[in-house]
Parts: sequence; C-alpha cells; structure tokens
Amino acid sequence: MTARTPRRSGFSRDSSQCRSRLKPLLRTALLVLLIFAGHAFAASGAIEPLPFKDHAQEVRFQNLTKQLRCMVCQNENLADSNADLARDLRLEVFQLMQQGKSDAEIKQYLVDRYSDFVLYDPPLKPGTWLLWFGPLAILLAGGAVVTVAVRRRNRGDGAIDDDKPAEGGQAGTGPADTGDDW
Amino acid sequence: MKRLIPFLVFVLLVGLFGFGIWWNTWHDARYVPSPLIDKPAPDFALPKLDAPGQTVTKASLLGKPYLLNVFGSWCVACAEEHPVLMADGRQLGIPLVGYDYKDVPDDARRWLREHGSPYDLVIADQSGRTAIDFGVYGAPESFLIDAKGVIRYKHIGPLTPEVIAQELQPAIAAVKREAP
Repeated sequence: MTARTPRRSGFSRDSSQCRSRLKPLLRTALLVLLIFAGHAFAASGAIEPLPFKDHAQEVRFQNLTKQLRCMVCQNENLADSNADLARDLRLEVFQLMQQGKSDAEIKQYLVDRYSDFVLYDPPLKPGTWLLWFGPLAILLAGGAVVTVAVRRRNRGDGAIDDDKPAEGGQAGTGPADTGDDW
Repeated sequence: MKRLIPFLVFVLLVGLFGFGIWWNTWHDARYVPSPLIDKPAPDFALPKLDAPGQTVTKASLLGKPYLLNVFGSWCVACAEEHPVLMADGRQLGIPLVGYDYKDVPDDARRWLREHGSPYDLVIADQSGRTAIDFGVYGAPESFLIDAKGVIRYKHIGPLTPEVIAQELQPAIAAVKREAP
C-alpha cells in the first residue's frame, strides 16, 4: 500500500539534462561519484551510527528499540527495520534518550502517537485480557476435561466403556485391563 | 450425548478457523486505529510548500474545520487517491490542506503541477518530524480536524468514493453541526 519509491526520478532527470553539455571524462567521473554516493547512501541507511555517550547507552538503545514495533513492516522491530519511518523513529528514540527520558517515558511517547501496537509486549488491560489469559483458560478447560474423563474411567462408572463386562462377572481379571484398551 | 462431544468440538474448531479466514479476507492487518481520535491535534509549525518563507501553525488554521491530507510525490497510493480528491475534494465543503510528507519540495511542486492540485493550501514536512506527532505511518492518510483543532476522524490509506460517502461525509456533517 505504501511502498516507498526512492527519489530516483529527480536524480535521473537532472543528469539527463546535464548530459549534452558534459565531456565524456567528466561524465565518467560523475558516474563514479554517483556509484560511491549510492554506496554511501545504502550504508548510512543500514548502519546509521548514532553518537552514543557510552557503551551502556548504546546497549540500552538496542534493548529498547528491540521492544518496539515498526509500523510500516509490522513483523519487524524498530532496531532491525530498514523502513524510512523506522529510521526516523530510531532517531526520535535516541533524541529522547539524550533528553534524559526513561524507557517507560519513551514507550509512552510512542504509544500516545501510534497506540499500543508499537509495543511488542502488550500491556495488561481489559482490552487485552483475552490475549493474555485466553491460552491459559483454554489450557485449564482442556485439563479439566481430561481430568474428568480419567477420573470417570478409573471409577469405572460405565459411562465411557459400553462394552465393559458386567459387574462381578470376571472380578479377578476385570476392570484394570479393560479400562485401558479401547 | 457423550459421543456428540468430539463432534461438537470439531464444529467449534471449524467455526473458529472459518471466522479466521472470513476476518482476514476483509480486515486490513495494516490498519492500526489512531489513539489521537478526539484528542487535540499536535502543535505544528511548517512552511508552505509554495512559499517556504511563510509558516503555517495549528493556531493559524483554527476556527474552521479542515481535512489534512498526508501525501508525497514518491507515494504510489497517493497517486491512486489523487483523482478522487480532484473529483470530490471540492464537494466536501471544507478546506483541503495538503501535508507533503518526507518529500523533496521540487518533486512535490512538480507533481502537483503535473497532476493538478486539489488543495487549498499545502504545507511541507521534509524531515517527517511533525508527522511522528500525528502518528503518521503510511501515506496517504487523512485527518479531519474540527474548528477547535481536535482530530475527529482519521482514514489510513487512499480515500475512495465509498469511504468519502460512508465515513468522511458523515464525520464532516457532524463537525459542521457543532461549528458552522
């Protein structure tokens, strides 16, 4: 929906306008420069060194951006995403850190703008109860069903094993064997 | 009755998976509701695209409702939306403010010259810094802002004639009833 096309259109158009006036050598030099510029651009997009105060701050930054979701590539976190917006938001997080904001404050800052969706770890509130406790509830319900079934069978009240021999018929070999193999 | 239980569980699971398929056919996973609805729009001060020396602020636009439409010349979906705005924009009855998002001003000006401008005013956010305050995560996005500067409605993705008729126009009507 929002695939970003790099701003190449302006780029190529400008160079085509210049072409007629440029000498071949100059053109080659320009081409080489463009290639290197392209590399520099790609590199800055991927690595993007931020002027951290110290190593601890960098670790804190990495840790924080890993807990935040990129809104453009929704299965990526802010630390890994190469989306343009992710880059902007990383810079924003960095600047908030420089201002002395705590991790919680920075998270709240982003939640205020982009909703809980930016957090990989959803907060516990009425709207997320199903998300938090749903699996546990299903597990407990399943456990209850199994427990009831097993108890009934052990008591041998006949509800499950229809073809169980009549009571007292073969008391010696009886319930222990037939109970398990069906 | 006991023998029916596995069958009932099966039916339940079929229902659950069926719901999942149905939900995913129309539900847009990319759509994230904005927490800014019914909250004051963030303060901003951005230059006009056509006159970068002049600054437009939130305060300068107060007093009448307007539609803030986030677009960019680089944005494919915005080109899709553009003809709809050209056709229906005037009939909305409120000013249309273009928000040029992370764009090269020259590219944006050329884009508007070539395609025509549906906007009464275009502001430019070259860095995208203000857009973070608006919670913009993908152009095009449209914000309906009322006379008091409160965001009343937001649409993410291209406006279509259906969205305009079913969502935007009723929202505009509600805003206009309060502050004609």
